[in-house]
Amino acid sequence: MSSIVVQFLNGLAGASTLFLIAVGLSLIFGVTRIVNFAHGSLYMLGIYIAYSAVGAFGAAGALGFWGAILAAALAVGLFGALVEVLILRRIYQAPELFQLLATFALVLMVKDFVLWAWGPEDLLGPRAPGLDGAVAILGQRFPEYDLFMIAVGPVVLGLLWLLLNRTRWGTLVRAATQDREMVGALGVNQKWLFTGVFALGAFLAGLGGALQVPREPAQLFLDLTAIADAFVIVVVGGMGSIPGAFLAALIIGEVKAFCIGLGNVTLLGVEVSFSKLTLVIEFIVMAIVLVVRPWGLLGRPQAAQRAAPTHIEPPLRAALRGLAAGAAVLALALAALPLTGAAYTVVLMTDILIFALFAASLHFIMGPAGMVSFGHAAYFGLGAYGAGLVLLRAGAPMEVALAAGPLAAALGAAVFGWFCVRLAGVYFAMLTLAFAQIGWSVVFQWDSFTGGSNGLVGVWPAAWLSSKSAFYLFVLVLCGAGLAALRRILFSPFGYALRAGRDSPLRCDAIGIDIKRLQWAAFTLVGAFAGTAGALYAFSKGSLSPDLMAIPRSVDALVMVLLGGVQTLAGPAVGAAAFTWLQDTIARNTEYWQSLLGATILIIVLAFPQGIVGSLARLGTRAEAE
Amino acid sequence: MSAVLAVERLSKAFGGVQAVQGVSFALGEGELLAMIGPNGAGKTTCFNMVNGQLAPDSGSVRIGGVDTVGRPPREIWRMGVGRTFQITATFASMTVRENVQMALISHRRRLASLWTRAASLYRDEADRLLERVGIREQAERACSVLAYGDLKRVELAVALANEPRLLLMDEPTAGMAPKERITLMELVGEIVRERRIAVLYTEHDMDVVFGHADRVIVLDRGRLIASGTGDEVRDNPEVRQVYLGSRGRA
Ligand SMILES: Nc1ncnc2c1ncn2[C@@H]1O[C@H](COP(=O)(O)OP(=O)(O)OP(=O)(O)O)[C@@H](O)[C@H]1O
Ligand SMILES: [Mg+2]
Repeated sequence: MSSIVVQFLNGLAGASTLFLIAVGLSLIFGVTRIVNFAHGSLYMLGIYIAYSAVGAFGAAGALGFWGAILAAALAVGLFGALVEVLILRRIYQAPELFQLLATFALVLMVKDFVLWAWGPEDLLGPRAPGLDGAVAILGQRFPEYDLFMIAVGPVVLGLLWLLLNRTRWGTLVRAATQDREMVGALGVNQKWLFTGVFALGAFLAGLGGALQVPREPAQLFLDLTAIADAFVIVVVGGMGSIPGAFLAALIIGEVKAFCIGLGNVTLLGVEVSFSKLTLVIEFIVMAIVLVVRPWGLLGRPQAAQRAAPTHIEPPLRAALRGLAAGAAVLALALAALPLTGAAYTVVLMTDILIFALFAASLHFIMGPAGMVSFGHAAYFGLGAYGAGLVLLRAGAPMEVALAAGPLAAALGAAVFGWFCVRLAGVYFAMLTLAFAQIGWSVVFQWDSFTGGSNGLVGVWPAAWLSSKSAFYLFVLVLCGAGLAALRRILFSPFGYALRAGRDSPLRCDAIGIDIKRLQWAAFTLVGAFAGTAGALYAFSKGSLSPDLMAIPRSVDALVMVLLGGVQTLAGPAVGAAAFTWLQDTIARNTEYWQSLLGATILIIVLAFPQGIVGSLARLGTRAEAE
Repeated sequence: MSAVLAVERLSKAFGGVQAVQGVSFALGEGELLAMIGPNGAGKTTCFNMVNGQLAPDSGSVRIGGVDTVGRPPREIWRMGVGRTFQITATFASMTVRENVQMALISHRRRLASLWTRAASLYRDEADRLLERVGIREQAERACSVLAYGDLKRVELAVALANEPRLLLMDEPTAGMAPKERITLMELVGEIVRERRIAVLYTEHDMDVVFGHADRVIVLDRGRLIASGTGDEVRDNPEVRQVYLGSRGRA
């Protein structure tokens, strides 16, 4: 009994932190309609800055400690304001995808900055002066600081309520949340309102981080764990709803606390480790809420947004005869590559081909079908693990294992996709990310089957493909066929219907097209293609690791597609080539590849939203016109 | 003669707003019925309940004698109901011809085909439909660059693709010049006679209404306040009040 009470209190203390992160994300989304992927990074910055500030101000005195916490939160708020003014302001009119990516670029850059400034070691801060003891609750010791944390959530909720309901600024924020145009029409300076809201959201995230200093060490992966939690809470509670964020933080906080409290339990003879399943369980809570109430517990349905005219792509044109000939020449040239004896190039080209197929499979759903997935690596990973596990655990020959990869991926995509296609826009993106994260955490934690964080080794191809050149040719044939098939399907009635669904779901429904079903089929289909790429990748490297399906890999795929250009068919292949080559060249020479990648993303989003192929095509038409 | 469309005591509220209240009317083969009423009268809401986009709070919709309440639009379409929208809904990234081909492909149930080229399916048939609505020469243009009046014609061609027996047109001539409106409605009249289609349409331009409709029904604040021939409706005192605003509406 007493342990249940303590578990419950633990949940409340955790909920406060979750609320601080999520409420800022929700506020920012409500006003700017931007889902700030970098919100977890702001939280992480809060911890690191607070750690240093406590050191500088002196942790012994209450004034020094609390001053440091506040200073850290303010610094993060200021950083948020800067980010808004320098970057976000330029992309409010951009498609959602670009906004998500721009903020993800910040994630990468902040991570490298933290690595550079504080190094890779975990940093544990001192305890809070005056709150460093424990009290006895029903005979169990409970930290005083956690009692303080329990109070923080409701206090911040109350202060925010006062701010939003009792001040003029708050009224404006609420008005902007309901109707952006109206505020603009009232002559309110929207720009500074947005900056203010972003700074407030950042401040809250920073505060959430800073307050964690006595509770947990500052670590480099906190950004992604925090953002995943914040997504779950904001989606469960309802985008833009502050009470919703509070309610959801309580639910998730408690669910997590009880999972950890349960520890290992034997269910039907199987030992289940609940403490390891926290991530899975909170995502399951989110999936259920999303299916039952797609707009969250206390949120309201979003009005459908029409694509701005500038984002409409031109009609598909059949390939020119020259293009087909060009493709044939390119294929021949690629097939001749091993003859040159450039071993390193052969390996690099194998990677490029595999990623070209992976990127093209993502492009298929995000471009023509208009479904932007932030978790596409899940199917790459499922393909890789499907193949690897069938090879290693079932002892099947490579040929069979290679077929099992896409099958596993398609199966996963069919299950996840069934939920995902019910949603659109940012909700779709968040749910795909959530499912990818579930997949990742299962693979990461299931030591006995998947090899856990260490992964598995010994995933080698059959003897006839053991040379790098033979395997390269094999990949060339499979990926080439895959790319050709995807392209062909885009020109088929099925592909057209998907584009129709993206352009006007209303019209689709009015001419008998069951668009959700087609989208589900497409999601499953591209899962198989991504799975093929994943299986080939596993065999090319000889090993498996959970990184194959982690969030950054999903983002890599998004960047490849964007780099090439979403609205072009050749784009994904070109983007994959450019990306893989750049990564290979740069990552070998610097520790800070991530921030370079981030900078690249920002440049694409701000300066070349059409991607490489799209920009070239535009140059071409301009030259023609002259 | 059994009615192609029979609507009975249809009602729908949005929150506190009673958008449609106990509206009943019927429509026979080859008949052109105009539904008029001031902005916000509930016309589009009626259309949405007829084609399944909205579920009515109460009342029934029968198409060819079959109750369709609760069926999604795509099923009702397969029963032979074509629709054009007040705010045009076309596939912006496709050409005019492809828009019509899309409807034909769906009509022939070829959507799941992965290997044939969509652009070569039912091409001539699409062109004939475009010819019929007078925009054959724009077949290759992208819908995103079309003039609004032409988009309305594309919608008409799309709506005709499944050989409907009932056509719902929400403000088919909005965005057209007065002369173009008359031509388009004459065209619709011809098609209706030719194919014996029943047409329900809304319109704000009174010339278009009185010159082309066989019958007119009038909605105001969700209620049906008059129905009859053009002349009968025009002389109805309540209708005159609504349109002349002598009731002092805000
Ligand atoms: N989805 C909705 N949610 C809430 N209210 C709605 C919705 N659709 C319509 N309404 C309301 O119902 C009433 C009837 O609207 P409707 O669009 O049917 O009118 P209408 O006769 O088509 O007007 P118009 O001539 O302007 O097209 C209006 O008061 C409108 O504000
Ligand atoms: Mg209307």
